[in-house]
Amino acid sequence: MSDLIEVQSLSKRFGSIVAVDDVTFSVPRGVVMGFLGPNGAGKSTTMRVITGYLPPTAGTARVLGHDIQKEPVEVKKRIGFLPEGAPLYGDMTVMSLLEFIAEIRQLAGSKAKQRIMYSIERMGLQQVLYQRVETLSKGFKRRVGFAQAILHDPDVLILDEPTDGLDPNQKHHVRELIRELGKNKAIIISTHILEEVDAVCDRAVIIDRGRVVSNGTPAELHARSRMHNSVVLQVRADAAAKAVKLLRGLNNVVAVESGTPHNGRVSLSVVPRGGKFIADEVGMAIRQNSIEVDEIHTEVGKLDEVFRQLTVGHEQAVLR
Amino acid sequence: MRNIWIITKRELAAYFSTPLAYVFIVTFLAGAGAVTFFMGDFFGRRQADLQSFFSFHPWLFLVLIPAVGMRLWAEERKTGTIELLMTLPVTTGEAVVGKFLAAWMFTGFALALTFPIWISVNYLGDPDNGVIFASYVGSLLMAGALLALASCLSALTRNQVIAFVIGSAASFLFLMSGLDLVLGMFRSWAPAYVLDMVSSLSFLTHFQTIADGVLPLPAIVFFLSMMAVCLFINAQIVELKKAS
Repeated sequence: MSDLIEVQSLSKRFGSIVAVDDVTFSVPRGVVMGFLGPNGAGKSTTMRVITGYLPPTAGTARVLGHDIQKEPVEVKKRIGFLPEGAPLYGDMTVMSLLEFIAEIRQLAGSKAKQRIMYSIERMGLQQVLYQRVETLSKGFKRRVGFAQAILHDPDVLILDEPTDGLDPNQKHHVRELIRELGKNKAIIISTHILEEVDAVCDRAVIIDRGRVVSNGTPAELHARSRMHNSVVLQVRADAAAKAVKLLRGLNNVVAVESGTPHNGRVSLSVVPRGGKFIADEVGMAIRQNSIEVDEIHTEVGKLDEVFRQLTVGHEQAVLR
Repeated sequence: MRNIWIITKRELAAYFSTPLAYVFIVTFLAGAGAVTFFMGDFFGRRQADLQSFFSFHPWLFLVLIPAVGMRLWAEERKTGTIELLMTLPVTTGEAVVGKFLAAWMFTGFALALTFPIWISVNYLGDPDNGVIFASYVGSLLMAGALLALASCLSALTRNQVIAFVIGSAASFLFLMSGLDLVLGMFRSWAPAYVLDMVSSLSFLTHFQTIADGVLPLPAIVFFLSMMAVCLFINAQIVELKKAS
């Protein structure tokens, strides 16, 4: 059994609103899956169905072979879940909250102590143990939510926006932790921070208006970018016109886009035809025509561009 | 059972971690004392019983019980912790019962703190302690039924104030349903069996039969089944409302 999480033709409707529409994907052990999509695309709803919080309208999901509808408690035992916004009982201290979770997760005695200590240590909660949760900063609350999710060492972790509200150091820390835990668990994280996909994810599923619009590795996503394998070079502003003319003439180039001049330099983006590798060709051309270049590099592709391309329309409607 | 108790423990701790518990206990004790001695004319009656104490319980409960029950589910929904609770390996039924039991135990604790009045009446005269015990049981059962009702209604909203108001209103209807005030609403149009049914739901009537000191089985069964029905509906509402 390799897929710890299997989601099959899952749909969820609220009245006439279709929140999740025929979503299928699976996550094997050792994989961190990024779950992307604009706000309201159905990420949280999908996660709530997998964790057994909401019943699906159609289709189903299985966690380690247990069906969420037939054996909800078995599924819940095997999942660590960080809900969106990390809701926690504000009237409890961090320690009593963790003890409550340990007890209800059927951890007892030295095992419970050991797991609680581990979570406290991993999330750096030592100095707030006896503080009430409601008095904590947003970052600390998120870390308590995270500690609660990993407490019982679950095989499956479902984290709804785990780095939201954290400062850059904490973000880095949490990403490292996800990477490490991801080695022998199946993890789903939802995010709309695209850099997170490159930082932690082995796979990325993008959904828009409840439907899966892309499912692949981050590299495959990059490859879908128009800028994939494009060559970016910095030239002197007075040589820009000549360079643009020359590069546009190349066989595998569809367009050359120039930025605004800065300190007498202009950055040119040479966009290849069909994502072809054109660095050689471009390099050859500028050398032969002795154009002075300060810097040259190849773009892997811009994720935000791919994201917009896949989820456009809806995204714009939301923003405007 | 194990899960129910874990949830009950957490809820009980939650009551005592906020001022609500202390405000409630002080108000209940002060209120119970005030109505017994001033409105009930405890001394003037020159009788060694606690009738003037228990006869006001329904009216104290009318305001105080919805105040205990209002937070049970409304708060979970407001703060979003319901998502945490319902994704832990517990069933909805266990959560509903566990939370209810905590509220009921808390109320029982407040009720138990009225023991000085029982001691006083024994010091002053020679009361029928069997009747007093039965009345305490009746009071506790009625409180449980009102709490189950309040818990059920608090699952309908995320606003505790609304939960309190509709809880009080519903409690009033159930308390008074044996009296003309409520029956009058039905008399003009409903057939006789509906009238009988409505009046048989009266908490006040059932409480009175218990307070008379005989612990009649029908009244006990009535309050217990009232709790069961309310909690069952409570669980259904929690399930339904999770989506919104």
